[in-house]
Amino acid sequence: MPEQPRYKTTDEVDFVVIGSGAAGGILAKELSTNGFRVVVLEQGPYLAEADFTHNELEVLKRNQLTNHPELQPTTFRKTPQEKAKRHRALVYGRMVGGSSVHFTANYWRFHEIDFIERSTVGPIPGTGFSDWPITYAELEPYYTKVEWEIGVSGLAGSSPFDPPRSKPYPMPPLPVKSGGVIFERAARKLGWHPFPAPMAILSQPRPGRSVCVQCGFCESFGCEVGAKSSTLATVIRMAEKTGRCEIRPNCYVHGIETSANGRVIGAAYFDKKRVTHLQRAKAVVVCANGAETPRLLLLSASKQFPDGLANSSGLVGKYLMLNSGPSAMAVFEHPLNDYKGVAVSRILHDFYELDPQKVGFFGGGGLDARFDLTPINFAFNGYDMGGLPPETPRWGKEFKATLAHNYTRTLEIVGHGTSLPVESNSFSLDPNLKDAWGLPALRMTYKDHPDDLKLGAFLRDRIMELLDAADAVQKWASPVEEQDFAYHLLGTCRLGNDPKSSVINADHRTHDVKNLFLCDGSSLVTSGRGQPTLTISALAYRAADRITALARQGEI
Amino acid sequence: MNESVSRRHFLSRGITGVSAVWASAHWPALLAAAAHAHQAAKSAIPQKFEFFSAEEAKEIDAITSRIIPTDDSPGAHEAGVVYFIDRGLSTFSSEDQRTYREGLPELQARVSEMFPGSAKFSALTPEQQDEVLHSFDEPAGPGKAAKPAQRNLRRRPGAQSFFETLRQHTIVGFLIDPDFGGNRDGAGWKVIGREREHMFQPPFGYYDKGYPGWESAAKEAEKK
Repeated sequence: MPEQPRYKTTDEVDFVVIGSGAAGGILAKELSTNGFRVVVLEQGPYLAEADFTHNELEVLKRNQLTNHPELQPTTFRKTPQEKAKRHRALVYGRMVGGSSVHFTANYWRFHEIDFIERSTVGPIPGTGFSDWPITYAELEPYYTKVEWEIGVSGLAGSSPFDPPRSKPYPMPPLPVKSGGVIFERAARKLGWHPFPAPMAILSQPRPGRSVCVQCGFCESFGCEVGAKSSTLATVIRMAEKTGRCEIRPNCYVHGIETSANGRVIGAAYFDKKRVTHLQRAKAVVVCANGAETPRLLLLSASKQFPDGLANSSGLVGKYLMLNSGPSAMAVFEHPLNDYKGVAVSRILHDFYELDPQKVGFFGGGGLDARFDLTPINFAFNGYDMGGLPPETPRWGKEFKATLAHNYTRTLEIVGHGTSLPVESNSFSLDPNLKDAWGLPALRMTYKDHPDDLKLGAFLRDRIMELLDAADAVQKWASPVEEQDFAYHLLGTCRLGNDPKSSVINADHRTHDVKNLFLCDGSSLVTSGRGQPTLTISALAYRAADRITALARQGEI
Repeated sequence: MNESVSRRHFLSRGITGVSAVWASAHWPALLAAAAHAHQAAKSAIPQKFEFFSAEEAKEIDAITSRIIPTDDSPGAHEAGVVYFIDRGLSTFSSEDQRTYREGLPELQARVSEMFPGSAKFSALTPEQQDEVLHSFDEPAGPGKAAKPAQRNLRRRPGAQSFFETLRQHTIVGFLIDPDFGGNRDGAGWKVIGREREHMFQPPFGYYDKGYPGWESAAKEAEKK
């Protein structure tokens, strides 16, 4: 680890950044580069490449890199009328670098339509469907900045549906896999437009970072060679080099403190030994993700802010969107060996923007060809999600024979689509359950909007059509059903110009508290089509510019 | 296709060749990563059992050998799954000790119930062993009804959860990265066709061999 400053908690630093993931890492780097003194409080440990393994037990079963369901239990219910039951409702990366360390690294830009869709298609009853206060054009330079600064592989101009871009990708796409070739050929047969998947994984080396070695352990795992462009492997190192940024791991923030005049004075956190501290700061930037950011605001309720900090709109935690994700699996005649290489090598966006008049529902999405099941997960069929056909026996001779035949011959096609913002879909504090630190647990309330399910069925049908065209020997689709588990945590403290219908303004400043900013998945106004991380990081670069400008003008 | 020709072909395509070129230039760093992985393996499969008695180990081995049987390829027995489970129960999976302690005698009770005169699972024929395990079968998946009990067997919930836990542990012990104490000699990976390495180069499989590159493929598609 490079030399870092060690600030005292009583030092009033310029910024405390809470969380170090796809947004927090970037804000830390930008703000410290711009001359500010920054403390990053990260609840998880500080791991390095040497700490990452392919140990499925440690990572998948024992939650080495993620929120822990025993220490940080969650509850779930479909509607506010129900009592929530204990249920593992979400997963996120819990370490320096956050979810950008363990994610699959799909790295799609949002398209122009994602920012102005409400005014394009009109209102949708029962939702808070809105335009963004910023446009694609305003965010475009920041998309480009992310792609070049952290390293993204892709081929500009390869999709006719791509939004305009000011620069090509900094490096070419990663090698195509057999599944990608199958997907590409079948899609072309159908007149669709497959193209190389943009991935936040290096196809060319960068200083101190290896090119991808095609090990195949991207999703859920940390990259041992630094090829995955997590904030840990990229901007956090740059932040440390400024000499002004302290990354403080194992710090679980449980409250943002305010003064009598309604300003934030710092963040209160438990250290590793569960001793509480208050880090003082001139301003606080919360980047704790779409679940923990609203939870922290709700935990920070006080006399002055009885409904939670920055919650005059009552919308903190609301309008949660998860992205709909239908999928189907197929077996082919010859070995694909898709366990090698990055998860996804080909995608298509032909259904990104569907005409509601024609299809009878609102929504859109993309498809990808992937294989991201580890050997053990592949073999767990039946109750667990797995890679074997649903009717396969769960043990014995035929189980073994199917496993032996299918492992190298299986491909999954996954759809990634819109979720509509429904006010009752939310993260809130569970009134009964507490976490291991004695804090109210996260409660998720979620019921997919009917249009999201119709979109899921539509995308599933396209997937099956594609697998037909691909001459799959066997194929089966997962049922399209209401979701009760979240990977993408979006929309819960959203951007907007109107303080009544949003939590933060276009500068990512909370409408209610002048020196409190929020930036992460919670900022999104619409869900996009399933791959939010690049947009979260682009928003972080833009937010850093805005916050820097405000600080320099003395307006914080 | 001739191996060297295909490799040159892929190197000349530039994009995909980067892995190979880079890997040779950065070999020491990768060796360090591999050494790190192998360090974890030093404490791998012990010779003696820590949790099971020799007798219990024989029974567990017999059950795992029906879950993933040995046929023309290695099964749970050859992969040393019983050693992996034994080590697991005294280390990372100690919360399952009770399931094993209580479940194994219950399973043996079911053996006597179904095959009077037999006291041990390991003493049954493979067909009889399967019959015992089938009596614990859970429904095969969502929407599928549980198999009606073929005989009037006593409910044995402890044995039921033991079987399900053991089924999962057997799969884990058979398929986990051999560096982490199971899957002896990579037997499980040989069965499923997974190569032992953690660095690969294209072409990966049957369908991407001879792929002309995205631009050429796109042009070909246009011609059609």
